Amino acid sequence: MFPVKELKRSFLISIWFAFLTFPIMVIKVDPIERTVLWRWDNMFFIAFGSFVISILAKVYLLRKERRAGRKKAKKDIAEPFVQRILREPRFLYPLSLAVLVLALVFPMFFSTYQTNIMTTALMYVVLGLGLNIVVGVAGLLDLGYVAFYAVGAYSYALLNLHFGLGFWAVLPIGGLFAAFLGVLLGFPVLRLRGDYLAIVTLGFGEIIRLILENWNDFSQGPSGIANIPRPGFFGMDMSFASGITYIYYIVVALVIITIFVVNRLQNSRLGRAWLALREDEIACQAMGIDKTKTKLIAFSLGAFWAGFVGVIFAAKTTFVNPASFTFLESAIILSIVVLGGMGSIVGVIFGALILILMPEYLRALSEYRMLAFGGILVVMMVFKPDGIISNVRRSYRFKKHHSKEVIEP
Amino acid sequence: MSKAILNVKGLTKNFGGIKAIDKVDLDIHPGEIVALIGPNGAGKTTFFNCLTGIYTPSEGDITLRNPESGKETRLNGMKPNKITEQGMARTFQNIRLFPTMSVLENVMIGRHCRTKALIFGAVFRNPATRREEEEIIATSYDILKKVGLHKQVDEEARNLSYGAQRRLEIGRALATEPFLLLLDEPAAGMNPKETETLVTLIREICKEGHSILLIEHDMKLVMSLSDRIFVMDYGKKIAQGTPEEVRSNPAVIKAYLGEDVDA
Ligand SMILES: Nc1ncnc2c1ncn2[C@@H]1O[C@H](COP(=O)(O)OP(=O)(O)OP(=O)(O)O)[C@@H](O)[C@H]1O
Ligand SMILES: [Mg+2]
Repeated sequence: MFPVKELKRSFLISIWFAFLTFPIMVIKVDPIERTVLWRWDNMFFIAFGSFVISILAKVYLLRKERRAGRKKAKKDIAEPFVQRILREPRFLYPLSLAVLVLALVFPMFFSTYQTNIMTTALMYVVLGLGLNIVVGVAGLLDLGYVAFYAVGAYSYALLNLHFGLGFWAVLPIGGLFAAFLGVLLGFPVLRLRGDYLAIVTLGFGEIIRLILENWNDFSQGPSGIANIPRPGFFGMDMSFASGITYIYYIVVALVIITIFVVNRLQNSRLGRAWLALREDEIACQAMGIDKTKTKLIAFSLGAFWAGFVGVIFAAKTTFVNPASFTFLESAIILSIVVLGGMGSIVGVIFGALILILMPEYLRALSEYRMLAFGGILVVMMVFKPDGIISNVRRSYRFKKHHSKEVIEP
Repeated sequence: MSKAILNVKGLTKNFGGIKAIDKVDLDIHPGEIVALIGPNGAGKTTFFNCLTGIYTPSEGDITLRNPESGKETRLNGMKPNKITEQGMARTFQNIRLFPTMSVLENVMIGRHCRTKALIFGAVFRNPATRREEEEIIATSYDILKKVGLHKQVDEEARNLSYGAQRRLEIGRALATEPFLLLLDEPAAGMNPKETETLVTLIREICKEGHSILLIEHDMKLVMSLSDRIFVMDYGKKIAQGTPEEVRSNPAVIKAYLGEDVDA
């Protein structure tokens, strides 16, 4: 299996290394005793170690090459197991149904604490799916996503404080405010590309946070706004526990709606244009796609979802302050998208659940929690750079008899 | 002769101090195949980029005239996507497909400017949207059949052979329903057999009512295919005329043809 030629090479490498490191590793001069120590065993370890490492590296490279070759030769075989399940409605539908049932009965079998954590995780699923439109599908690197989340949260907090508007009334308003802000920001900014766009959106996120922190008359500054009412249910009074369960179900509903909408958007004329825009802007324009408009739609749709979740966030915690909307938050949501798999709905869902639930359950590691978290992220990105589940490519079925034999001029 | 569908007057493009294009005039009439030739760096691609709005011309006028409606549009300063909507589409010298999208999707993108569905249609999939989507797929499939790629609809564009990628670019441009098609070195990198298929394809496209302006270095192809030829050198137009006229034009021979063509 392993070519002899490579063995020889590894052998030569090991000798070369042993020779190179000879002066430092083998000879040890003791200036006081004026003796020279010959540590031949060191030489052996070095030679052996470099031999093994070089073989391992070679095996790894060979495998990678072979895998790449196979992928090219026959794509269907290389298609991962998960992808095949996702592609087949016969597997996908029962599976989704099972997950849905699981989600619906979750609060009945788990404590309020667990339900609360799950609600948070599901909120990040929605945030991730929203940002996925912007970053994953349209390829616009937005590092200030949290700003739109903040707009949603403060919309509810302030509209409730000043005008007494309820949760359900503000829910769409918060989304629309955020989307509007998205358009406002996107207009001048979306002509920038890649890194520049990332920097500007990063700045924008910080500006929004600083405004909330410093404009006391408007947002009550760093101390935030407290006593935000939880969502009402036909004016009924709810206990704390059932309130949490209620919000959980609201978020589950929102997740379902989001998955539905995002899925349809991705498989539409608009979704195709976003993908194409990510791949080649100039070719897109030459094909008649309005670059600015298409990007703006992606940007503001992403913002819309963030605003939505922001309102729910305010209702869930009953308290908002600027500290909840730092850059770290944007970074986490972005990690969800990147880790989960850019452009892949299922991937993003997994990404959100892992990234949000893992730190909770890593609490046992106390101080090392973030370290472990970071380590896992790095390891994942090394081994699965495309994300946990990469996007399933869509194939089109056609009714051939529909096609006309000539195209119109 | 009927009125020109493309009329370029005194087109100039400066890059800093360099005049990449210097007062070039050019016109194309309905049903024509016109070639634009010239040595490397003559400014041909830059000329295309000015026409299609990727560069803004420094001086001059570009007027496009729709042969059916007779509507005239001045293209200077228009955005590339608007120009494509007017009925002029192009391919690129350095192939610019959407590499990880499927062959069919690449052509479907070309249908973008002739279709309408946006957010509402995408989310609710109302009958009009569904019909539109079906139309996009059917038309794209027909175009793929024409350019001979209908057996590879689901293949990723980057996995196609070089020649097939060039044909896919032509198909994608056709999907925008242009009356004028600009081809930038469509035969570059093709073997003789592929070139032959390409010539047949271009003739066919022309017969269907698309006029064609093409840049090409393959002299055999240019001479056999074009009705008229424009020759550029150092940004200037140095000759124009039928293949015979251009072939025997001393300025052209001096600048460019010389030993290239065994005319
Ligand atoms: N964006 C640009 N900035 C500066 N100079 C440019 C730019 N684009 C083109 N040029 C210059 O304009 C001149 C014409 O280039 P162009 O690409 O149009 O040549 P061409 O005729 O298409 O050549 P080829 O046959 O090699 O494709 C060249 O000297 C080139 O360096
Ligand atoms: Mg060129």
